[in-house]
Amino acid sequence: MVESAIAATELVKHFGATRAVDGVSLSVAQGQVLGLLGPNGAGKTTTVRMLATLTAPDSGTARVGGFDIVDQAHQVRGLIGLTGQFASVDNRLTGFENLLLIARLLGQPRKKSRHIARTLLERFELADAADRPVQGYSGGMRRRLDLAASLVGNPRILFLDEPTTGLDPRARRQLWELIGERVAEGTTVLLTTQYLEEADALADDIMVIDHGRVIASGTPEALKRQIGTRTLEIRPASPDALAATAAIMTELAGIAPEQQGGRLSIPAGDPALLPALVRRLDQHGIAPAELQLRSASLDEVFLALTGQASTANDETLEDKR
Amino acid sequence: MSGIGLIDGLRQTGSLAWRAIVQLKRNPWELGDYSFQPVLFLLLFVYIFGGAIAGSTDAYLTFMLPGIVVMNMMFVTVYVGHGLNTDLTSGYFDRLRALPVARWAPLAGRITADLVKQGWSIVLLLGLGWLMGFRMDNPIWGLAGMVVLVLIFALAFSWVSVLVGVVARDPEHVQLFGFTALFPITFVSNVFVPVETVPEWLQGVVMANPVSVLTDACRGLLLGGPWLGSALITLLWAAAITAVFAPLSVWALKRRLR
Ligand SMILES: Nc1ncnc2c1ncn2[C@@H]1O[C@H](COP(=O)(O)OP(=O)(O)OP(=O)(O)O)[C@@H](O)[C@H]1O
Ligand SMILES: [Mg+2]
Repeated sequence: MVESAIAATELVKHFGATRAVDGVSLSVAQGQVLGLLGPNGAGKTTTVRMLATLTAPDSGTARVGGFDIVDQAHQVRGLIGLTGQFASVDNRLTGFENLLLIARLLGQPRKKSRHIARTLLERFELADAADRPVQGYSGGMRRRLDLAASLVGNPRILFLDEPTTGLDPRARRQLWELIGERVAEGTTVLLTTQYLEEADALADDIMVIDHGRVIASGTPEALKRQIGTRTLEIRPASPDALAATAAIMTELAGIAPEQQGGRLSIPAGDPALLPALVRRLDQHGIAPAELQLRSASLDEVFLALTGQASTANDETLEDKR
Repeated sequence: MSGIGLIDGLRQTGSLAWRAIVQLKRNPWELGDYSFQPVLFLLLFVYIFGGAIAGSTDAYLTFMLPGIVVMNMMFVTVYVGHGLNTDLTSGYFDRLRALPVARWAPLAGRITADLVKQGWSIVLLLGLGWLMGFRMDNPIWGLAGMVVLVLIFALAFSWVSVLVGVVARDPEHVQLFGFTALFPITFVSNVFVPVETVPEWLQGVVMANPVSVLTDACRGLLLGGPWLGSALITLLWAAAITAVFAPLSVWALKRRLR
């Protein structure tokens, strides 16, 4: 059997009384994408920083690309690319200079370095801005450059810490595509995110962590089945149609919808529910003013998994002593 | 942990020094700090106070030029800590540390770039001084000796700046702290006035100040007075500062990166 690209056993990291990471084990097979999902302060960044050799675990071990993250940190660094939570590119250099510097640091000759930098800028649609200082880049451009910077060494293993936080939907999708291209080329990816949708779009497996502990893991489909993620919401154009609509929904889904204001909602695990509902409403001449199939928010996932809202997770776990 | 060879480490240091120099293109303020500011000081002090302090502007230029070179050197070192702190707070330092780069290269790169900036401002000040009429009395070895001595002291003093850069919350604090601390240190010295003219109770401090000792050595090396004694004391100061602040900085950096 091939060794996992990333394999961690019982990683622990404390900061004073804060248990940032409290016994996380994970394993990512070569060419797979693992999405690490969790609210603020869950321990995502700390986990990634340990795996990327930036900070040593208090206990536990991990191997990345077959090398120990503590004893063989140097070899690990030669294999990985890291995109940190906050775009870490040099604002005072141009996009081209940023990539050039990293290629040079990785030991590439001058000419080859220029070639690598230009090619990546082209591929990340930054060619036009290549020779402008990063200071003037938009958030999306900066993020793309950040990702490009972590690809200069053509890494086999990629760590992405909330790569799309703060981006608008278009920029987010664009970044997803770029990450997807790398995955198609066989790169192993560990991705952290606060968006279920993002993990869903990119990850083969998802691991939900909170308070430094793994609270759920599995394929996106399995998790969704477990949680019942999607909700069908409808608001009839006329309030008079509410009762009739509710009756149709009950008949189709087998359970009564919840009513809130002029809005009816029902869990929609079955993809056939939406078209069936539309057809039936049409037959009855009911016009919906709003109709949507909504994915569960991270909050709802947490509610389902832990029985508590994720906003309560902002506080750090108090030490029992 | 099989690390990086010395040659590779030095090459990486070179790349990172290049980075710090290129950054200057986009930050004219920094360049101004050690280009226009010392030039302004030189012009103002020589032409406004020169007559009053030394009797003539020429005499004062001769007296002050070596001192202003020393003073400016101290201020330039602030940017070592400033740059380091910028990298630490922005996360750029993490990016460098996640690369297979020698652990000492980022710091060495900053300090190398600092020496280049130091060299630039020495040339600028001496060049302007020459235009204003400054002439050295010693042959060229005196000039060479002075430049080497100033750079050695700069290297040592950079460690103080590194420590401030590691400890400070953000780059603005590095600058604020640096400039606030450096004004008294450089003014309570013989850079602008002969030591005999300050109150007796202060003379001890002025004479003990390494800035004064280094300035004395520079005057001797350029103008032909005694210099060997003060040069040796300067080297001792440099060694002592390094011995205290280098380990302290490395310890603080490791703590911050925990
Ligand atoms: N250097 C540090 N010093 C002290 N505490 C820290 C440090 N780094 C992280 N922590 C604490 O450890 C916990 C986990 O932090 P971490 O950054 O790993 O969470 P995260 O899941 O990445 O959160 P976010 O979504 O906000 O980025 C938090 O309570 C945080 O305050
Ligand atoms: Mg984080």
